[in-house]
Amino acid sequence: MANEEFPIKKICLICAKGTIEDVYAALVMGNGAVMEGIETKMFFTFFGLDAITKKTMNNLHTGVVGNPAMRMPGGLPFPTILGALPGVEAGVSAMMRSQMEKLDIPPVKEFLEMIEAGGGEIYACKLAMDMFKLKKDDLWEGVKEVLTVGQFYEKSGGLQTQIIFT
Amino acid sequence: MAQKIIAGVTIDVNEEGYFTNPAQWTKEIAVEIAREEGIQLTDKHLAVLDFLRERFSKGEALTIRSVGNSGIIDIKGFYGLFPGAPMKKAAKVAGIPKPASCV
Repeated sequence: MANEEFPIKKICLICAKGTIEDVYAALVMGNGAVMEGIETKMFFTFFGLDAITKKTMNNLHTGVVGNPAMRMPGGLPFPTILGALPGVEAGVSAMMRSQMEKLDIPPVKEFLEMIEAGGGEIYACKLAMDMFKLKKDDLWEGVKEVLTVGQFYEKSGGLQTQIIFT
Repeated sequence: MAQKIIAGVTIDVNEEGYFTNPAQWTKEIAVEIAREEGIQLTDKHLAVLDFLRERFSKGEALTIRSVGNSGIIDIKGFYGLFPGAPMKKAAKVAGIPKPASCV
């Protein structure tokens, strides 16, 4: 079978958004790949940089306005107008983080450290850093390098490689 | 169900080689499976295997984070003990089913 003959050997994940769900989708896939013995490179750009910025990484939020999948505890739809109230987004986000902790899903920094411990590599996007006026010192110390898009593609070569935009 | 003779004992395994009856596991068998995976078992390996077997018997999820918090070894060390896919390899050697956790 093709999937046994040609298993994925390398995964390059791009995370461009900074909500809890977008960042964790990328982290779970990255960590999962490392755990399978797949070479893993993660590239954070635009608002995804929040996930590797010291100041913001462990306090990501989820969008509570204009999110039709958002539910109240108990399953009723979450009224968009509620999400506009001060503190609601922070409260919902804290609740999401505590739910994840119960499933043994670590905070962002610890998750990145796990990926790094398994040999995964974390990169930041130069263009987005210039845009947000971020310096390498503002980033989590495990970030391996700040890359241009061309350098990212150079690192993404090889047969049985997949580039995934989460 | 498939069977396999390991260290002279007949073991029930699934098609991927994971034990279907963890009670059949012994240290001698673990040494043999580890050798097939290219691993020479040490006391550190055995401590991790015991930890995983205990968690499995309690019905707790087998996550890589739990191994890192076990006090036996950090995550980097765990990748070093069972190179490649540590959780899957360790579960196979520990005689427990393939981990079903995503983290």
